Amino acid sequence: MAVTVRAVSRPARSLRVQIYLWEVWKGLLVTFRHLFVNLCRHLLRGLGLRVVPGAVTIQYPDDPAMLGRRARTRHRLLKRPDGEPRCTACMLCETICPAKCIRITAEESPDVMVEKRAKTFDIDLGLCVFCGYCAEACPVDAIHMDANEVELSVFRRQDMIWSLPELLGDKKKEIAPPA
Amino acid sequence: MSEALFSAAKVIGAVAFGLNVAGFLGWVERKQSAVMQDRVGANRAAIFGWRILGLFHPIADALKLLTKEDFIPKKSSRVLFQAAPSISLGFSLACLAALPFGGAVEMGGKVWNFQPIESPFGLVFIMAMLSVGIHGVMMAGYASGSNYALLGGLRGAAQMISYEVCLAAILAAPAFLYGTLDLQEMVLWQTRPLAWGLPAWGIFTQPLAFVLFVTAGAALTKRTPFDLPEGESEIVGYHVEYSGMKFGMFLMTDFIESIVVAGLVTTVFLGGWHMPGLAFQGPAGAVLMLATFALKVFAVLFLLMQIRWSLPRFRFDQLLDLSWKNILPLALLNFLVTAWGVYLWQ
Repeated sequence: MAVTVRAVSRPARSLRVQIYLWEVWKGLLVTFRHLFVNLCRHLLRGLGLRVVPGAVTIQYPDDPAMLGRRARTRHRLLKRPDGEPRCTACMLCETICPAKCIRITAEESPDVMVEKRAKTFDIDLGLCVFCGYCAEACPVDAIHMDANEVELSVFRRQDMIWSLPELLGDKKKEIAPPA
Repeated sequence: MSEALFSAAKVIGAVAFGLNVAGFLGWVERKQSAVMQDRVGANRAAIFGWRILGLFHPIADALKLLTKEDFIPKKSSRVLFQAAPSISLGFSLACLAALPFGGAVEMGGKVWNFQPIESPFGLVFIMAMLSVGIHGVMMAGYASGSNYALLGGLRGAAQMISYEVCLAAILAAPAFLYGTLDLQEMVLWQTRPLAWGLPAWGIFTQPLAFVLFVTAGAALTKRTPFDLPEGESEIVGYHVEYSGMKFGMFLMTDFIESIVVAGLVTTVFLGGWHMPGLAFQGPAGAVLMLATFALKVFAVLFLLMQIRWSLPRFRFDQLLDLSWKNILPLALLNFLVTAWGVYLWQ
């Protein structure tokens, strides 16, 4: 096969571009415009007027984090209308989890129609990679990743493990103080 | 006696001006870049809950730099390594002393001249001090015993020497026009009216030299878009082995060189302490004079800062091409035209 050569012409640069000063001036105009517009906005807001903010910065620890509507955050277990957990301990989430962070033990459910339920349901968030496979795999829509909580740091590794009532929201997660 | 005291006060005042404005520039750098990039900028340092737009950050910086370990690498050459920051900072501070912060004002039957060093060769003095300052960069690069520092030092030396030549060639034209090397005399020359109500400031009589000088000056301060000696993203530069306040001194040097360049621009091209329509008499006049000069310096610094945060870095060959193939010929041409004009005019 013959070698094909494709000549790529260099972009023609006019004298105005080559002198560069005019282009520098154009760039400076952009930054100067941003500077003065933002300064005016900061000033007007400082005076108490409601105008567009001069900065797009979210001052995160002071202001709450802004999460997307579809953001995958901490897991949440859902309940049926009668108040029982939806989970039927089918182990699909535990099986599909690539990080092996879910551990379920099953037990007999008193409800004949349900047959099985989770005795314990632990998620180790220290292992979780937040892939969302568990929520996808669940056939009974028992697990969601929409608790909209991202501040999950703790001081001890065992505190990373969330148990069934904590995931259901029946019990508040208790975090040990730093050792 | 009082004259000796006044001289001492002037020199101390010049150095204090340089050091304080350099600290302040650290804040300006952060805030100006933040505002023009739609950000908020550093605003966390607080004293008793007061933040005041992050004005305490330079103080926090200084405290941090002072309390850091002063590390000297084993491979370094001890004496040179220790001396380099002082040389860099000291000679850039020395430049400030020759700037005419104000003219001569009569107070209490005596004439007070607000130029710290009243020398007929002020311009040459500043050029010389800036040249010696280069040695600090070269020493730091050479003495660190690190390849990256050496690369940075070499780049710095090539860049600063190139632009030193340009600076001299550019300043030759206005110096020829004003007929003096005395910075105070230069300002006095610019106080005459030109035309259309404009004063004979260098920016109007020597516009090309002004543009060239701002470019070369920005290159001399080794800041973006000419920060090849530092090149944070690739080699970190000649101060890669420095820590603590020694690193801080290099940082300060950049700011103080910016102030020197801004002061030179003000003196040679913007009429120094002169402002049309303002008369400087008595103590109030002296204050007004100093304030005018300082304001002009701040305006130039503001422009330099804006350039620093707007333009991307040059490649090294572009940098040297700009100096030797563009600025230097233009400066020499400008000088010839000026010389010809002065010859015809006289």
